[in-house]
Amino acid sequence: MAAPDVIVIGGGLHGCSTALHLARRGIAALVIEKDHVGRHASGVNAGGVRRLGRHPAEIPLSVASMELWHAIRDLVDDDCGFQSHGQVKAAEDEAEYELLRRRVEEVRALGFTHEELVGRDELRALVPAIADHCVGAIVCRQDGAALPYRTTLAFRRKAESLGARFLEGTRVTGLRRQAARWQVETDRGAHEALHIVNAAGAWAGAVAAQLGEPVPLEIIAPMLMISAPLPAFLKPVVGATGRPLSFKQFANGTVLIGGGHRGRPDPATNWTDLDFAGLALSARTVWDLFPPMRDAQIVRAWAGIEARMPDDIPVIGPSRTSENAWHAFGFSAHGFQLGPIVGAIIAELIATGHTNLPIAPFDIARFTRPA
Amino acid sequence: MSAVNEVRDSYDVAVVGAGPAGLTAATACAAAGLATVLFDEQPAPGGQIYRAITQTPVQRASILGNDYWYGARLVRDFQASRAQYVPGATVWSLSREREIGVSTGGAARLTQAKRVIIATGALERPFPIPGWTLPGVMTAGAGQILLKSGAMVPQGRTLLAGCGPLLWLLAWQYLNAGVKIDAILDTTARASRSAAWPHAPAFLFSPYFRKGLRLMLSVRRRTKVIAGVTGLRAEGNSRLQQVAYRTADGAEIRLPADTLLLHQGVVPNVNLAMSVGIEHRWDDDQLCWVPVVDGYGGTSVDGVAIAGDGAGIAGAWAAEERGKLAALAAIRALKPDTRQDILPDEANIRLALAKVERGRLFLDRYYQPAASFRIPRGDTIVCRCEEVTAQQIIDTVALGCTGPNQMKSFLRCGMGPCQGRLCGLTVTELMAQTRGVPPAEIGHYRLRPPVKPITLGELAALPKDEAAIKAVVRG
Ligand SMILES: Cc1cc2nc3c(=O)[nH]c(=O)nc-3n(C[C@H](O)[C@H](O)[C@H](O)COP(=O)(O)OP(=O)(O)OC[C@H]3O[C@@H](n4cnc5c(N)ncnc54)[C@H](O)[C@@H]3O)c2cc1C
Repeated sequence: MAAPDVIVIGGGLHGCSTALHLARRGIAALVIEKDHVGRHASGVNAGGVRRLGRHPAEIPLSVASMELWHAIRDLVDDDCGFQSHGQVKAAEDEAEYELLRRRVEEVRALGFTHEELVGRDELRALVPAIADHCVGAIVCRQDGAALPYRTTLAFRRKAESLGARFLEGTRVTGLRRQAARWQVETDRGAHEALHIVNAAGAWAGAVAAQLGEPVPLEIIAPMLMISAPLPAFLKPVVGATGRPLSFKQFANGTVLIGGGHRGRPDPATNWTDLDFAGLALSARTVWDLFPPMRDAQIVRAWAGIEARMPDDIPVIGPSRTSENAWHAFGFSAHGFQLGPIVGAIIAELIATGHTNLPIAPFDIARFTRPA
Repeated sequence: MSAVNEVRDSYDVAVVGAGPAGLTAATACAAAGLATVLFDEQPAPGGQIYRAITQTPVQRASILGNDYWYGARLVRDFQASRAQYVPGATVWSLSREREIGVSTGGAARLTQAKRVIIATGALERPFPIPGWTLPGVMTAGAGQILLKSGAMVPQGRTLLAGCGPLLWLLAWQYLNAGVKIDAILDTTARASRSAAWPHAPAFLFSPYFRKGLRLMLSVRRRTKVIAGVTGLRAEGNSRLQQVAYRTADGAEIRLPADTLLLHQGVVPNVNLAMSVGIEHRWDDDQLCWVPVVDGYGGTSVDGVAIAGDGAGIAGAWAAEERGKLAALAAIRALKPDTRQDILPDEANIRLALAKVERGRLFLDRYYQPAASFRIPRGDTIVCRCEEVTAQQIIDTVALGCTGPNQMKSFLRCGMGPCQGRLCGLTVTELMAQTRGVPPAEIGHYRLRPPVKPITLGELAALPKDEAAIKAVVRG
């Protein structure tokens, strides 16, 4: 088989999206995944497709990605379970409402209008089940949620249909430059390519270190839990302001509860230990905000293994030590929504050396530059 | 006051499950002076086999038989010990640091143990035939629970179908209680019988041999047994009306029925063990996942042991001995200077164990259910919680799903309240057959706590004080 132009390390959404956008440009990619595609953060996350509350640096990317989400079927031939019932961030008191008001102003000042401040009545209209004490919210009406594993697999299938190849159960163990090409060693043989992409999620730190640019990446395990089906009572995804929460009901009635609290990951074995004291806090938040949920049965909880950077924004762009090496990792528990656009950016960088989207804030040099 | 307030913050040993293994384990640990707690879901001790032994309304001893009443001694010893007993307690999580989440009386607690002994026993193997979800169809195990705890027996036309010792035991107990059984449809496979014969000589020396034989003969004298049954299906509109089957001569026969009791053996209840990450292997004789344990029930997770049928099916008498062995390891680890005469006598235990385990392979092979009863096809339901059919699961393999964890993301099969307890084995074998690879390669659902549902309210009330809350809100 002919050597690929690009080897993508990691078969999460970012790796699959990169492979897809490369394939659309006629560039042959080989994705190497140590477990199976979508096994980690990309397959088990909360599925929130959210621009609401993004770090200012992420807003342009998030907005561009949202356009791709709204046409996701055209991109991957599957609707990915994407539904756009909006995202809501509720304020529980006047002080929180004031914070939200300032936030919306800040976003407007940057030239974006997707975040909208709403008062008590509008919040009730959007989320009738929310507790009485909530005074208002930010809403992003075109935001929504999708099914993460189905999405990741759809990207993979479409990429494959356009010629990308996938090697699962294969771990990249070493990277060498030789005659202006990359020699990629794995636990099941070596491969070579002109470019490499580090989309290794929680394990991306090891790849960056191999390239001589170690980063302060923290491996985290955000937790989620889900209820038995309840009668429909909620359309948008709801978050809170003063405490971590992500709360949504699926079409089948089950309710997904997440936000903030973390388990303990063991990235070497893919194991995560849940922290029920943390889940209890999420449960208490839901207890306060959604009284009808109090008798709901929690049937399952889990955690995904994810990379977090100290400034909570990802690393996207070229390696600063090696030629033809590219990074897309460190999504800090909110990279699902960015998947469609980040793959496009990396493919564009590889094909043209340039992108119009503002990626300077995501430069790996911010961590490796001598202080 | 809720019983949950009696649960302490920490123990030396926490035992989960009050069947024979859990009872002897807790009794022995407490005798050695270890702070011991026994959590069990049922309102009274005894586990499955000795269920409700202290309070059963079935008064005539001859109905349930001597092997049932034998359990009273284990319960008495346990009750005389200093172990704390928490009945009606659901253990819904266990971490590798041996933090246990437990609920009782609608309230939940986290508690910590230096050693944990999982003695959660066995589950009935799924028996996914067409129509098995119709009202009127239940498992023999469920039938037996109703008999032991409520003195309830089926009315109307009653059929038992399947294979395995428990099917015969239930038939015997029903007949003793005066239930009229229309027929027993014996699905024991000819191939399994021949595969078992080489192990028959060992089984002749098993204590189960004479008992089993006597029980089967007694049942056969009193009811019709139809052998070589295949193509079993339950039929009816909104509830069971008839049972269809074939025998060796090929003709399809239908029997009217109000109740059909299905059973084809038991398998270890692995949910709690798997949820804490204990290593398991596929057992080709018992056709199920079995935890990898050492001679004392010790597992790949430090400080967590498994005793009884949960560590591999071997029956109640073996469970009793395996409970003592797990206790022995716990005592040696936590109180190495315990006096010899207080320690369980290992040599005796091993002798007793060898005796009751003799010829086990014969039983495993003889009652190995045929593939057609384990691996359904077409629109037969596999997952009762989400009503997923065999064909739907087969179709996900074409979508690129290589195992249960990928499949469940599409179909939600195994994601309902039962957490895969009722479909796990079926899914593993079905995907293995579809992909043409061994079950070990397919794997099992990744099981995550809570292994039993808890309410949001119970969870929300977990942290006890502000300091505990601060400790979890970090970074
Ligand atoms: C519980 C949870 C909830 C979340 N909720 C949301 C949400 O609602 N909205 C949102 O936008 N984001 C959310 N996120 C974040 C989002 O899931 C991630 O940011 C995103 O999926 C990251 O994708 P990825 O492709 O970079 O990483 P991953 O999906 O982790 O993929 C990386 C892959 O690389 C592979 N790999 C690593 N090293 C090697 C190697 N050496 N060789 C071969 N393969 C290797 C890994 O096995 C892995 O499959 C959540 C995350 C979690 C954990």
